[in-house]
Amino acid sequence: MAKRTTKKTTTKKTASRAKSAASADRDKKTQAKIVALADEIAKRAFSKKEPQLEIPTRSRSNTNWNKRKGILEMGENTSTRQLFDLKTAKQFMQTCLHASTIKDLIGADKTSSLRGVFYKAKHTVAGTKENTFDTQQESDPILEDLEVALGALREELHIFAENRGSMVGNITIVDKGDEIDCRRMGSGGYALPSIVEPDVIQFKKCEADFVLHVEKGTVWNRFNEDRFWEKNNCILTHGAGQPPRGCRRLLQRLNQELKLPIICVLDCDPWGHYIYSVIKQGSISLAFESTRLAIPQAKFLGIRAKDYKACGLDEAVKIDLTDTDIKRANDIAAYPWFEAKKHWQKEIHLMLDNGFKMEVESLITKDISYVTETYVPERLAAKDWLD
Amino acid sequence: MTETPAGQAADGPLLDSPRMAGSRSGKKRTSKRTPGKGASSRAKGAAGKTAASTKPSTKATAESMAAKQRDISVSEFFAKNRHLLGFDNPRKALLTAVKEAVDNALDACEEAGILPDITVVIEDLAEVPDDKPRKGKKAKADDAPAKKKGPASSSRYRLTVVDNGPGIVKKQVEHIFGRLLYGSKFHRLKMSRGQQGIGISAAGMYGLITTGRPMMIQTRPDRKKKAHHIELAINTKTNRAEVTQDIETDNFPQQELRALTAGTRALAAQGEFLSPVVYPTGTSVTIELEGRYQKGRGSVDEFLELTAIANPHARIVFVPPSKVSADEVDESGELLAPVEGAAPAPQKADETAVTSEQDGVVIFPRAVEELPPETQEIMPHPKGLELGILLQMLKETVAEKPEITLAKFMTERLSRVSAPSASKLCKQIGLTARTRAADVDHAAAEKLFNAFQDVDLPAPPTDCLAPIGVQQLLRGMFKGVRAEFFAASSRSPQIYRGRPFLIEAAIAFGGELKGDDAARVIRFANRVPLLFQQSACSSFKAVTETKWKNYDLQQPRGGLPVGPLVIMLHMASVWVPFTSESKEAIADYDEIRKEMKLALMECGRKLGTYLRKRQKMKRESQRRDVFERYIGEIAKAISAINETDTQKLYDALLAQAQQKTAIADQILDDEGKRIREQDADDEGVIIVETGVTARASSSLRTQDNDDSDDADTSPARKTKKKRIVKKKVRRGSTSTSKDSQLFE
Repeated sequence: MAKRTTKKTTTKKTASRAKSAASADRDKKTQAKIVALADEIAKRAFSKKEPQLEIPTRSRSNTNWNKRKGILEMGENTSTRQLFDLKTAKQFMQTCLHASTIKDLIGADKTSSLRGVFYKAKHTVAGTKENTFDTQQESDPILEDLEVALGALREELHIFAENRGSMVGNITIVDKGDEIDCRRMGSGGYALPSIVEPDVIQFKKCEADFVLHVEKGTVWNRFNEDRFWEKNNCILTHGAGQPPRGCRRLLQRLNQELKLPIICVLDCDPWGHYIYSVIKQGSISLAFESTRLAIPQAKFLGIRAKDYKACGLDEAVKIDLTDTDIKRANDIAAYPWFEAKKHWQKEIHLMLDNGFKMEVESLITKDISYVTETYVPERLAAKDWLD
Repeated sequence: MTETPAGQAADGPLLDSPRMAGSRSGKKRTSKRTPGKGASSRAKGAAGKTAASTKPSTKATAESMAAKQRDISVSEFFAKNRHLLGFDNPRKALLTAVKEAVDNALDACEEAGILPDITVVIEDLAEVPDDKPRKGKKAKADDAPAKKKGPASSSRYRLTVVDNGPGIVKKQVEHIFGRLLYGSKFHRLKMSRGQQGIGISAAGMYGLITTGRPMMIQTRPDRKKKAHHIELAINTKTNRAEVTQDIETDNFPQQELRALTAGTRALAAQGEFLSPVVYPTGTSVTIELEGRYQKGRGSVDEFLELTAIANPHARIVFVPPSKVSADEVDESGELLAPVEGAAPAPQKADETAVTSEQDGVVIFPRAVEELPPETQEIMPHPKGLELGILLQMLKETVAEKPEITLAKFMTERLSRVSAPSASKLCKQIGLTARTRAADVDHAAAEKLFNAFQDVDLPAPPTDCLAPIGVQQLLRGMFKGVRAEFFAASSRSPQIYRGRPFLIEAAIAFGGELKGDDAARVIRFANRVPLLFQQSACSSFKAVTETKWKNYDLQQPRGGLPVGPLVIMLHMASVWVPFTSESKEAIADYDEIRKEMKLALMECGRKLGTYLRKRQKMKRESQRRDVFERYIGEIAKAISAINETDTQKLYDALLAQAQQKTAIADQILDDEGKRIREQDADDEGVIIVETGVTARASSSLRTQDNDDSDDADTSPARKTKKKRIVKKKVRRGSTSTSKDSQLFE
């Protein structure tokens, strides 16, 4: 891979903490959308029509596989959320509450965490013992509903999630005006924020040839401790399991803006396969964001089902597939975006034939640094990966 | 017991006649008995003797054995076999003594047509016998800290039961209270409590054995004259009373009792406790005995509480001892949850009367003003006769009237045999109506017996039975059980073995009853609570065999239903078949169990209807609540976004919501909570608005400390809404269908 410097940094102003004209404009639009939503409800109420909200459906049935773009896209189906329906009445109320909270956030030009929004809207319904929201699990999907209903992204709603995932490697970035050298991040790495849009994070200087994305922090620590990124001139990231939106968006920007290949090292189990699938073509529940999140060029380096024999691993690394695993593996094999790929079919079926799964850590049985010094470099050199 | 002393056989064998107290009304003792019983007991005695004499013995001869054979004193027998008579242990002894005294009191009042007002006082006494008058003891009971005792320990109590009955003629006192096996209720076919228990004289004797103190009786049969004060002890050898004191007194009811505790003083000041106005005549029995006072299952408290439920026409006041015997107190507390600080029960029956407690004095108020109907004595019914009994009856009748004809015998000595059916029966067995009873031989009698089985005769008369009655059951349950729903049913009389009986059932559901446990079954026979051997009782089997799942209740296989439920079963009969001498469980006759199940099903159906209705009501009101409450939130949120007027938006949405739930309005009243109730009738259901009750009682608890004496602190009774409902809810046949179209 050719060495590349940051030819193309963001066009936006750097080091600007002040609200940019663009984002002010964007906020206005979002606010207008929320007001329109409220106006519609009020209008229906006064004209004696049942108040209702149309929410695009976020389910597998409403997710389409765009083969040409290689990403998942949300379909046209919507579901109606009505006030005078016992099943949806509470969600209707919750949606209104969150809409109001978001409008306040935007008005005050502040951001809030998902949990913050949950607490903002959580209170006891007047005259009852019932809470508007009982748990955050109840609140988060309502916010996602609002994203799709308003056609606005989470950051446009001034909401962020917890930091999750880390990055280290041959790159310097600017985060809200602060220059961050990812080569000097010690053992912890740069914590990936949930909002990594160009107006927040700009790439300043990058020498890396590629990005190695590993599944979780423990494996990432091994690679970082062995200075893998230095030796192999790359960027090293992890997403703490299923990568959150911030991590995926950053990977996508590294891929699209810096043209860095994304190579994934994940577990050999249905969960690992699905993580790869989400990184590559987007997830079902966030299909509406696929254009911003999916990385169709992402590669799957390992762990491969063949590695048990190929690497001569110890018997002890085998973890039996459970019934749920087998069902999940078959589901994944049947997804249209896997169905047409023969090598993936082979991979999944080999795993099923083996009857066991393996974690990345299983390579430690060979040697503590086998994965960083032998396994990954060899596979990279051989370009032995799945697409 | 291998021998039956001949002298006692005349009064009835001891094992078969635990009823020994005499009739209190001073009625002449009638030792009427069914010939069958006499026959069987005689047979038993004979068999016993035969067995003894035919037993081969190497050393003893019949003569030498005869020398040892002698009368056994009833008292000696009793001292050795107190468990047969309900004095197994100190705790049960106390209960049995209370039970005997209270049963007698109720029977006496009812026979005299007086609404019973009964006061039960149990005083703690010191370990060491104390000869000082009551005052000293009273101070001790009040001040002495409760002694810690091991669970097996017992202590001495003084039990006093005062009734407002007719009193007892002085001459009879010593017989009634001073002799065992002196009574008349046993053999007649008449419904009375008397079948239960073993008599007040036995309790007195128990007291004498355990404490050496004589029984004290005060009675005033004539309101214008002085009361008699008699102290007597039973001579255990002769089975006769020895009167130790016999004086006349004005002190009835005893003034000392009024000053016993703060609670009694307060009540007495209001004229609510042992007022001479309420007790113009009456009897007071005082027994000192070794006992153990504990709350919980099988306690004096439970007995009185259940007695109050089955006898809503009685007012019972209970002053418990100041301390409980053992450290551990089994707080069943399910039923007995007195409203603290409630006003003392008025003398007049109060429809909404509930059990209350004031400064430790428990008051079970009178809930109805009518006495139970008087019962008649009846003759045996042909269908219930056994061949041996028939033969015995023939023999005895002939002995009395040698010239009596068979037809006459049937019409006179059996119930429900008319002259035509008698002659028809005679013809059927090849005899004529003129055949003399004396000429009926064994073969003919057997033919007659078989003919009885097939002949179509009316059921035995049922005026011998006094049902509690649906309304009275409801009132009784209502006053004793904190529930939200009550249903009762009273079956028509049926026959088992030729004896009429009737079954009544009641259930209480919800309210303050605990929901996680198995239902509590409370059992009664002739209005007397049965406290022990529940699982051996026919009623228990009837409850477990009833399919409660049909009525929306949970029920483990073969078990009691689970839920906030109290099930009451009452059997009224001229002869309640008990499983054993201890008279604690009803024998499992198919006819009886079937009736019990039918009665339970009747109540169950009412409960099921209520529960389903409540379920539906809940859904409806939930729907409405949901909409109305969310509307407030939505209006606020929307107006925060686009500055619409909150109130206008709220009103617009509320108008819509009310339109949507207009159907629910037909079922919900203005409070949005309750079923619309219709005209009161005798359907046998009481529904209590639970929310109100709960709130009222919780607010009471806070008031309680300030002034519990205040006569007006009974918001519970005032706010508690109770109605007797006919058809509880108009079935909105259209509403249900519309409903589902609109909302589902």
